[in-house]
Amino acid sequence: MNQWKNFSKGFFKENAVFVLLLGLCPTLGVTTSAFNGLGMGLATTFVLTMSNIAVSLVKNVIPDKVRIPSFIVIIASFVTVVELVMQAFVPDLFAALGIFIPLIVVNCIVLGRAEAFASKHTVLTAAIDGLGMGLGFSMALTILGSVREMLGSGSIFGLKFLPGDGMLVFVLAPGAFLVLGYLIVLVRKINRKGA
Amino acid sequence: MAKKESTFASMALTLFLVTLIASTVLALVYEVTKEPIEEARRIKKMNAIGEVVPAFNNDPGTEVRKLATDRDTLYFYQARMGDTITGIAVESYTYKGFSGLIRIMVGFLPDGSIYGISVLEQAETPGLGDKILKAKSLDKATGLSWSSQFVGKNPGSYRLSVKKDGGDVDAITAATISSRAFCDAMQRAYDGFRKVSGEKESVSGDGNKQEHETE
Repeated sequence: MNQWKNFSKGFFKENAVFVLLLGLCPTLGVTTSAFNGLGMGLATTFVLTMSNIAVSLVKNVIPDKVRIPSFIVIIASFVTVVELVMQAFVPDLFAALGIFIPLIVVNCIVLGRAEAFASKHTVLTAAIDGLGMGLGFSMALTILGSVREMLGSGSIFGLKFLPGDGMLVFVLAPGAFLVLGYLIVLVRKINRKGA
Repeated sequence: MAKKESTFASMALTLFLVTLIASTVLALVYEVTKEPIEEARRIKKMNAIGEVVPAFNNDPGTEVRKLATDRDTLYFYQARMGDTITGIAVESYTYKGFSGLIRIMVGFLPDGSIYGISVLEQAETPGLGDKILKAKSLDKATGLSWSSQFVGKNPGSYRLSVKKDGGDVDAITAATISSRAFCDAMQRAYDGFRKVSGEKESVSGDGNKQEHETE
């Protein structure tokens, strides 16, 4: 398989958020600002890449019937590693993302890639797939966070460019659905042109 | 790519090995990150204490008293300049927030008046209840925020409840629940402060304050 295609599919053709609509719980929950979106995206990228590597390494020694529990243990371990490291070195980001970090465990993309991709491919291919899907996820979350932050708080990455509060609804839950909906329309349109 | 047979023994062995490796890795990471995590928490707490009490030259983190109240514990950090107590920082909490728990650090002067307040933990609605945070309700022209109204007040005479409930506190517009919760946490801090400082007067002079932890 062409590795570049393998890497880049996560950004548009198979973008986890905009096209596959997977992992929407953290997507909608944490993207109140661009920085939160990026932080969550990168944490997920790390977990996705590492668990893809680990799963493709052990795919031949794990009996079929216990593969899901084994994958979950592998994923949960990497998530806990991320959680501890973030708590130690970026406590502010950890406080902002809160409950959503441990919830990476149940993000469908991570188990989805492990089960559908990494358990059938070589280590390198799986790693590139994890990295691509993860960065695509980060991109989606950052875009979503940026739009919500711009409309809702009048700032981007914490830099204020408009005085006042902005349209509050975009920082709250309904705004997440609204912005995501319009972004999906946009990505669909771009993808159709490309095809 | 012959998959391994799913026999009882192979399944049990695989799961055992996977969990063994996972727990070993986690134990290692835990050991490595344990100190930085504690350090980060300590710095955060020290910053909060520094914000809410006047200048001090001791380490309030080592002069802690605890008081168990309903559902949780209050922590008292004593700030001293030499032998004079400059203030007491009280770590207080409330579960009555719009989104549950709010943790605050309140600094009292020895006479009981409020010197400063810092919010440690909250999940109130962005744009409404989160105005309890200094940064979210700061008026750049005056340098005052919503919680500034408490500064300099002595809860002995100042009623810590919103005006709607007959108190002296101006509630945040459209966030009465958050304001009420904030007052609740403040009141809890003050009650604890009274209790602890009252006790201290009765044992004053014996110098081993740390051993007088109340349960």
